[in-house]
Amino acid sequence: MKVKMLSRNPDHYVRETKLDLQRVPRNYDPALHPFEVPREYTRALNAVKLERVFAKPFLTSLDGHRDGVNCMAKHPKSLSTVLSGACDGEVRIWNLTKRECIRTLQAHEGFVRGICTDFCGTSFFTVGDDKTVKQWKMDGPEYGEEEEPLHTILGKTVYTGIDHHWKKDIFATCGQQVDIWDEQRTSPICSMTWGLDSISSVKFNPIETNILGSCASDRNIVLYDMRQATPLKKVILDMRTNTLCWNPMEAFIFTAANEDYNLYTFDMRSLDEPVKVHMDHVSAVLDVDYSPTGKEFVSASFDKSIRIFPIDRIHSREVYHTKRMQHVISVKWTSDNKYILCGSDEMNIRLWKANASEKLGVLTSREKAALNYNQKLKEKFKYHPQISRIARHRHLPKTIYSQIKEQRIMKEARQRKEMNRIKHSKPGSIPFVPEKKKHIVAVVK
Amino acid sequence: MKGKVPEKSSLLALSQQEEVVDLLKDYPLSASEDEEDNDGERKHRKLLETIGCLDGKNRQRLAERSEASLQVSEFSVSTEGTGEKLELAELLAPVKPSSSLGTVKNQLKKVRKKKTVELPLSKEENERIHREAAYNKTSQDMDKWDPVVLKNRRAAQLVFPLEQEQVLDAPIEEVLGAWKARTPLEQEVFNLLHKNKQPLTDPLLTPVEKASLKAMSLEEAKQRRAELQKARALQSYYEAKARREKKIKSKKFQKVLKKRKAKEVLRQFEELRKVNPTAALEELEKMEKARMEERMSLKHQNSGKWAKSKAIMAKYDLEARKAMQQQLTKNRELTQKLQAPSDSEHDEDAEEDSALIPDVVNEAQMSINGPNPWMQKNRGVNTQASHIQKKPVAREESEPEEEEKAGAEDDALLQEVEERRSLRKGSEVNQGSQKQGHRTKAPRRTEEDEEVLAELRTLSKHINKKANKMRQDGEQHVSPAPAAPKEPSIQREEQSLLDERPERVQTMEDIETLGMEEVSQEQKQLRPGVKRRWQQQPQRQHNLAEQRSPPKMEQEPMIDLHTIITGKTHKANFGLSVPTIVDEELWCWRLPMAHLCVFIRLRTEDSEDCDKEVTQKQIIKEAFAGDDVIADFQKEKREAEKASTPKDIDLSLPGWGQWGGPGLVISARKRRRFLIKAPKAAPRKDKHLPNVVISEKRNIQAVAHQVNVLPFPFTHQNQFEETIKMPVGTTWNTPRAFQKLTAPRVVTKPGHIIEPIKEKDVEPSSSHLGPPTLQRKGQQHAHPRRRRLKKAP
Repeated sequence: MKVKMLSRNPDHYVRETKLDLQRVPRNYDPALHPFEVPREYTRALNAVKLERVFAKPFLTSLDGHRDGVNCMAKHPKSLSTVLSGACDGEVRIWNLTKRECIRTLQAHEGFVRGICTDFCGTSFFTVGDDKTVKQWKMDGPEYGEEEEPLHTILGKTVYTGIDHHWKKDIFATCGQQVDIWDEQRTSPICSMTWGLDSISSVKFNPIETNILGSCASDRNIVLYDMRQATPLKKVILDMRTNTLCWNPMEAFIFTAANEDYNLYTFDMRSLDEPVKVHMDHVSAVLDVDYSPTGKEFVSASFDKSIRIFPIDRIHSREVYHTKRMQHVISVKWTSDNKYILCGSDEMNIRLWKANASEKLGVLTSREKAALNYNQKLKEKFKYHPQISRIARHRHLPKTIYSQIKEQRIMKEARQRKEMNRIKHSKPGSIPFVPEKKKHIVAVVK
Repeated sequence: MKGKVPEKSSLLALSQQEEVVDLLKDYPLSASEDEEDNDGERKHRKLLETIGCLDGKNRQRLAERSEASLQVSEFSVSTEGTGEKLELAELLAPVKPSSSLGTVKNQLKKVRKKKTVELPLSKEENERIHREAAYNKTSQDMDKWDPVVLKNRRAAQLVFPLEQEQVLDAPIEEVLGAWKARTPLEQEVFNLLHKNKQPLTDPLLTPVEKASLKAMSLEEAKQRRAELQKARALQSYYEAKARREKKIKSKKFQKVLKKRKAKEVLRQFEELRKVNPTAALEELEKMEKARMEERMSLKHQNSGKWAKSKAIMAKYDLEARKAMQQQLTKNRELTQKLQAPSDSEHDEDAEEDSALIPDVVNEAQMSINGPNPWMQKNRGVNTQASHIQKKPVAREESEPEEEEKAGAEDDALLQEVEERRSLRKGSEVNQGSQKQGHRTKAPRRTEEDEEVLAELRTLSKHINKKANKMRQDGEQHVSPAPAAPKEPSIQREEQSLLDERPERVQTMEDIETLGMEEVSQEQKQLRPGVKRRWQQQPQRQHNLAEQRSPPKMEQEPMIDLHTIITGKTHKANFGLSVPTIVDEELWCWRLPMAHLCVFIRLRTEDSEDCDKEVTQKQIIKEAFAGDDVIADFQKEKREAEKASTPKDIDLSLPGWGQWGGPGLVISARKRRRFLIKAPKAAPRKDKHLPNVVISEKRNIQAVAHQVNVLPFPFTHQNQFEETIKMPVGTTWNTPRAFQKLTAPRVVTKPGHIIEPIKEKDVEPSSSHLGPPTLQRKGQQHAHPRRRRLKKAP
């Protein structure tokens, strides 16, 4: 005889501990879930709203400088250490975890124009208005020892910027010309010049370490090759480029922060047209720094805000500002891709989260899963009007807001004029110039 | 240049000629008397020549050399060559070309051929070229990054830092060497370890282990290894053999093999019985248990999918039938009660067992192929009658002679039971004979079984008595083997098992009748058109006029519109032969309207020769005469209205709070209670507009949430909708899929420095994508690498 018995395995319904989640048996048959899209949409809407609710990016302000913070440098080996140079010649070293200054030294008379650390993180270099290049130990002086630089190089002209090679004991300064120095020597091993105007910034390529980029006050960006000791190419833009930054994951990509409120991302192999023109700032862009993942960069502007741009987007995904933050002169993205530091005119260094609504600290796996899910939902429904509206929504200071509006009007007027001109002239006589090409004056070989 | 050289030489020649001519002109003035005749002749010739030279373009003068005279008049110097440039070569050239000056001349020519050295490039120009070359070189170098960058941009997930720090698994000795016991607990543990001579610095082997390692000599180890090898080889051979044998498909071989194995088992069992009776008993018990399990399970019975399919096939396929029987015999074997021949009690039990089950239950119907398992099920009316007649035969087969006495008594008893049962059944059958045909026997059968069981219980007392008697008789039959001789009992048991199942089982006859029914049904279900055609075929031959009306009448309720149309076409096609129309009528009623129109047109084309006045326009008019556009529209509007009105929701569930089942109706009260009445719909916007349908599907509230423009990367609406349709959450996805779907694009490790990408991440194969175009062009680019860093002054 067939005897049917109910038999249930307790493993299927009993929790191991009472902290476990209850096992929920599910039937994934889509016929049973007719409302999956509306439900997910609601979740996405909630997620995007929560993201805005939790978007509190400002972490702390590091105060101590007695003048505007002119330059900053990351420590190559320690995430918590940051160096900053002020307009009064003072250099401070900060500990980010403690949020305090751990060392102060009077490096120069006048501005500290540039600061950089060597690739191993044992010393750092500063250049100042007093025509000197100084090398300092990273660790403070021993007890009874005086605060003195390891080396001092006296130059003939003012140095306006400095950058260290990523692998060798070589650094580059800029001023009247680009000089490449060996750490051990007092004279440059190579000087490269093209044109007469002063060069405001020089940067080593972090991947192809022999290539440098510089920008000068005669509106140009010049690339150099250290091996061949020659400049490579020069591109002249509409306005002066303040600084540039190389992408740490894509060897040939760099972004230039320009005075005309825009940032230009170039492929160094084709300089006649930028890959992307990033425009959202309403005043000159003073500094730019790439995230270590190479997917985004942060820019500091004279309009008292910093913005984060994805490299493939024209517009920024985030804008940070506070009431007290003045013109932001320097900005850095920390090496763990988590934080952004900005030094501004009003003597403060501010620490921001790179992802405004990110929860700091250790996440449980369930939290992580929920965050990932929310992220995915936001991505999935990003084209829906409500969701994109909420995700885009930002409060801006009145000045920036009104300026954006004004500039939009101006831009529209310009466009309208151009369109009218094209409309009322012989077809083909006025060529259509794409936005990318508009800002490039010339490429000099 | 080369082209110029001969030209110049000819010029030279010309100038020489001119000189000669000058000399000639001087000649007449220096006349000598002794050569007057000659002079005259020469003069004459000269005259002729000059005359000849006057005309024509090729005014060439003869180069003739005469004697030189000493008197050269200054007046006779001609100005002929003044316009021409005097060349150096002319001056140098000797009057008579001599070989001594040839080399000098050649050198001079060479000098003349050489161009002037160009000015050196300006510094700027030079630098520009250098820069260009260097730029091209570096940008070509950069190309090697292209694949890497592309890969990273496209990557579904990037994990930073790119180089994961590898955990070095240092040997434990090193780790422990650096580590020291500090806390009291640790120290205690270490003390313990020291005392027990446990290794601290080299914890891989304890002294005992080391000693044991040393204990085995090399030869011994070798021997062991050889042994092991041999054993392994043997095992593999044996395995290979078994595999080979298993693959042999010959049934005969397999049968023989099986038999042999069975014999072997038996023999072993016998031996075991002799040697160790307790073990044998245990073995027996084991077998018994297996049998019980088999009985409990439904394995090897005809309830499986395979068995059912075979049951259907059995009718047509001899193989399938055999397979069925084989399976049943297997079941029999497995469920057969084992009997230890020595054990008298077991024997009795067995007998009791066999007696317990009435033969009626185990009735096997004999067919040509022996007992057909499928026949036993059918305890319908037709088989009931034959039960009593057949039973003795079955018993004859099943019972051995020794049991005949007991068997007779049994028979009498059982026959009684059987008769009673058959009587009862007869009445039942009369009641529900229709049901029998439908094969809804299952519940009834269980009832029957219950009856049987009750009867059996009453009988058991009798049988027990009988068994006792038998024991007294002392006739104990000894079965030589547990498997072979108890064929009848096996049969009985197997049959009883089969009977007990409440499921539907088909007999061969049933299947046959079913097949017949299906065929007849199929015939009924055939398309009416086709069927009618079959029926009409002979009729048509008889009478065409008559034959057209009856099918139409049949069709009328189904397709009125089409018949109208076809009727019309018929009217239009007056002169056509009737049978063809009928033929087409038969299929055209299935066509949709659009096709019909075409069809009609075709038909008219066919009939053009017959009927030329009928214009196309008319035909179309006629064709659409039946279409009432207005009515259609109204119908459409009505449907739209109906669709837009909200409907009541009936939430009543049958069987909740009351009896349910087929044929039972949900009570009106319940239905009323669970009916959610829909609210009255708002008046339609097109209520007062009879000719307009205004769709009210658009939900204004939802519009704000809907995407109204196709987003950029998508090229079609469907693509976008597909992406939205696909759910991501755990509610609709398995955990694994959920994890995969929600994997973030960029993963970073907190507290880790992300270094820039390294040179070694470039695959060596990916470098130098294109040929270096530039290096072919310029000679300056030859060694750009060799240049060193310039030292500043």
